[in-house]
Amino acid sequence: MKILLVDDSKTMRNIWKKVVLGIEGTEAVEAGDGVEGLEAIKEHGPFDLMLVDWNMPNMTGLEMITKVRETDKDTPIIMVTTEAEKPRIIEAIKAGVNNYVIKPFTPDALMEKIDETMKKVNAG
Amino acid sequence: MGVDLKSQIDTALIALFVKSTKNVLSTMIGVEAKVRKPDLRNDLQPTHDVSGIVGFTGEMTGSVIISFHEETARSLVKSFTMEDYDLKSDDFADAVGEICNMIAGNAKKDFGIDAGISIPNVVIGRDHYVTRLRDVPCVVIPCVTEYGEFSVEVNIKKVSPVAV
Repeated sequence: MKILLVDDSKTMRNIWKKVVLGIEGTEAVEAGDGVEGLEAIKEHGPFDLMLVDWNMPNMTGLEMITKVRETDKDTPIIMVTTEAEKPRIIEAIKAGVNNYVIKPFTPDALMEKIDETMKKVNAG
Repeated sequence: MGVDLKSQIDTALIALFVKSTKNVLSTMIGVEAKVRKPDLRNDLQPTHDVSGIVGFTGEMTGSVIISFHEETARSLVKSFTMEDYDLKSDDFADAVGEICNMIAGNAKKDFGIDAGISIPNVVIGRDHYVTRLRDVPCVVIPCVTEYGEFSVEVNIKKVSPVAV
């Protein structure tokens, strides 16, 4: 499985990476903001899953996801963010996220959301 | 006669930062934060040498500073990242910033208003000063962990939404 990790915090990307690299056969590509995320999709895509933060410089996660969904309706996207208010979550779902993880989270909680998302996607 | 800032302290708001701080440290770092009695700060100097600063936007303005004793920050970051970063490295500042981002963001979710937070800035060094709002109190919440002390310094106020 090939996963794109988009967060401006290298610390957070490392935490995600430790979780996703626990899945056998997984390859992770990192990007530091929405612009880099779109570039990574062009250069290394397609991906099987994307984890995307919301608040980032240059291009937010929400803006990036909106752009991605203009051409790609299928790749599962999980937003991982401190933005936990209901209107924000609704906004993200409308933009096309498949699942939502609120920071802070435990590695187990993130893994559960990844499993849940991939099961839903694979069930069609 | 000066404004009585003490009477303006929003205890419910301070309680959200206490809850958020405990939640972030226990969930992400596995550390219990014990909170001492909050107090007011009159000067512009944060309590300790490592400060993460997060600004608020939208219907909340001002900032929160999470000010860590140098050794506390070093130990918390080591436990958070499993890396022993140099205090002057970008990686150390990034980790401190992410802890502050989560504390501010986690408190914000319970404000019940439409507020945003800035990307955190991190300042490291003795005797630094941070400007703040003068018409609202700066409430210092002293915290202690097994790794040492830090404080959460809240200087924010609600603002009316701008009519469009």
